[in-house]
Amino acid sequence: MSHDLRTKYSRIKWRLAARAAVKVLVLGLAMSAEAAEAAEPMKTCFLYSNPIGESGWTYQHELARRALATSMAGRITTKYVENVAEGPDAERVIRNFVQEGCKLVFTPSFGFMEPTLKVARQAPGVTFMNGTGYKTAPNVGAYNARYYEGRYLEGVLAGHLSKKGLAGYVSAFPIPEVLQGLNAFTLGMRSVNPNAQVKLIWVNAWYDPGKEREAANTLATLGVDLLTYDTSSVAVVTAGEEKGIPTVGYYSDMARFGPKTNLTSVVQTWTGFYTRVIEDVLAGRWKSAHTVGGLREGMIRMAPLHASVPPDVREKLAAAEKDIVEGRLQPFAGPILDQAGRQRVAPGQVLRAAELDKMNYLVNGVDGTPPK
Amino acid sequence: MENLIASVLAATIVAGTPLILVAMGELVTEKAGVLNLGAEGMMSIGAVTAFGVALAGGGPALAVVAAMAAACLMALVFGFLTLTMMANQVASGLALALFGVGLAAFAGKPFESATLPMVAPLRLPLLADIPVLGPALFRQQAMVYLSWLIVAAVLVFLYRSRWGLVLRAVGESPTSAHAVGYRVIALRYAAVAFGGAMAGLGGAFISVFHTPLWAEGMVAGRGWIALALVVFATWRPLRVVLGAYLFGGVMIAQLFVQGSGLRLDVPSQLMSSLPYVATIVVLVLISRNAHTIRLHSPASLGQPFRPDA
Repeated sequence: MSHDLRTKYSRIKWRLAARAAVKVLVLGLAMSAEAAEAAEPMKTCFLYSNPIGESGWTYQHELARRALATSMAGRITTKYVENVAEGPDAERVIRNFVQEGCKLVFTPSFGFMEPTLKVARQAPGVTFMNGTGYKTAPNVGAYNARYYEGRYLEGVLAGHLSKKGLAGYVSAFPIPEVLQGLNAFTLGMRSVNPNAQVKLIWVNAWYDPGKEREAANTLATLGVDLLTYDTSSVAVVTAGEEKGIPTVGYYSDMARFGPKTNLTSVVQTWTGFYTRVIEDVLAGRWKSAHTVGGLREGMIRMAPLHASVPPDVREKLAAAEKDIVEGRLQPFAGPILDQAGRQRVAPGQVLRAAELDKMNYLVNGVDGTPPK
Repeated sequence: MENLIASVLAATIVAGTPLILVAMGELVTEKAGVLNLGAEGMMSIGAVTAFGVALAGGGPALAVVAAMAAACLMALVFGFLTLTMMANQVASGLALALFGVGLAAFAGKPFESATLPMVAPLRLPLLADIPVLGPALFRQQAMVYLSWLIVAAVLVFLYRSRWGLVLRAVGESPTSAHAVGYRVIALRYAAVAFGGAMAGLGGAFISVFHTPLWAEGMVAGRGWIALALVVFATWRPLRVVLGAYLFGGVMIAQLFVQGSGLRLDVPSQLMSSLPYVATIVVLVLISRNAHTIRLHSPASLGQPFRPDA
């Protein structure tokens, strides 16, 4: 189809070439725009809060965009702008997207929620999808993933493989999403080894390789025999690799940064979800919703396990994953005690989404400063 | 326990080293009367250059030299703008910082997924076997020892050599220095170039020796901290060293306190700000004598000098 279009283009351009030079330019532009309108692929645009890099949150969205650009070539065209500050800058770029003719805009960052809503009010013909935000509008959908399901599985793995039952956790900021991951990891580890402890260090930065590395080294000195993190650099994985301490990773498959020691990672995979959204918009059946997916929906998956993980642990992990996918295992099922031993979830109860979004405590088993 | 103290000390030295390197360069630059706020940018350029060279198989030594050359070139551009073209030093320095960080991000795109092998530490014979202090001080990477040599060299140069005296004179009163026949602009160029080379060295330490990887923004504000150290240490080299190790020490100590199970009733955010607070408070307290501040601060700092005026 695109080939036909191109021949049509060139025929138009040939005819125009016979005319006066200035007219060619002006008319040519106008006409090619018109010709393109006829069977135009949908322009799908992505806004990233960070540089793309080679691993991490933004990188995972970019992987999805690249996959879509290939798999849906001819039906959509894609465009992205990276490293855009949350706030007025974001609003300006989203507005540009609309002016350039983007019909579907993905804004995967919590800080993009308000700018997205603001522009969306003035662009009713455009569909917006905001990642990790919670507000929706008639033409704005929200989406997020249950990352903690993957964290729980990593905890189960840590429970089996940490001989001392002591893992180290380098964490960014005490906000609910981070606490969910941290607590799920600890609960997973304790589901295997009830005495397991998770030593926690806050670095109070999403991204500071030097500090992340020092925190990992500190935890190693304090005797942990497995490391994990939720900060954005590869520093903890490389520190583990140097010291021969196993790591479990986050955001992307970190195996190539720790070929000897990285056991697995929780990998965010957006391609499937984005494909469904685009198909819905193309077919005109898209409806605004707040979509949350996990292992079952394929929004996250576990990276292939390292060759050193013994077969019986693999089996147990696979069983736990199956249980989560099929809803038999809930990471946040009671009884759950916090650090002080106070009961936060009663036996037989499961935390609901709204309660998860307000999580502000560390569970029993985390050895670290609680959030204030 | 002994082991723990040695670990904390060793990590402190490592955390302080890039700050010392960069701050020594900035101190000499400022002593000559030039305020170059571009340290963060020059460090970034140094870091990305060093990483690129090391990745291409150049080895750490060549990586360090290349980083110093690249950052030095950046500093000379700044020198041309401010010393020859008489542009405003503050504005030019800020521009250099922003430009350097951006250019390093651009140049470093191809390196983002790569990591380097760790550079092995260098055990100093005999000294390395002293209990506690041995593992803390004398089993470090060669760059750490180099930073001590540089501090000693800067001290000797500034306070025990004729050219050091001339350099300080240029920073105090360029008109007088000019009147007795010294080439003020040439000396300032030399000081700016040295500052650039040291910033490049600090950058190389971060990307090749400390965290052997390149990622955009990995300098993470250390250039700005080095700038602040020079001012709070009132332009005195040994106080800069003290400030740098204090900053590194408090940062590492708060990580250890968090991990040690010691529960202080303090939010972790406040703990993270401790290195900044502690360094400023200590340096301000020991340097609060107005007379000595006047004695050590270069009087013509930031002011352009026109030889023919």
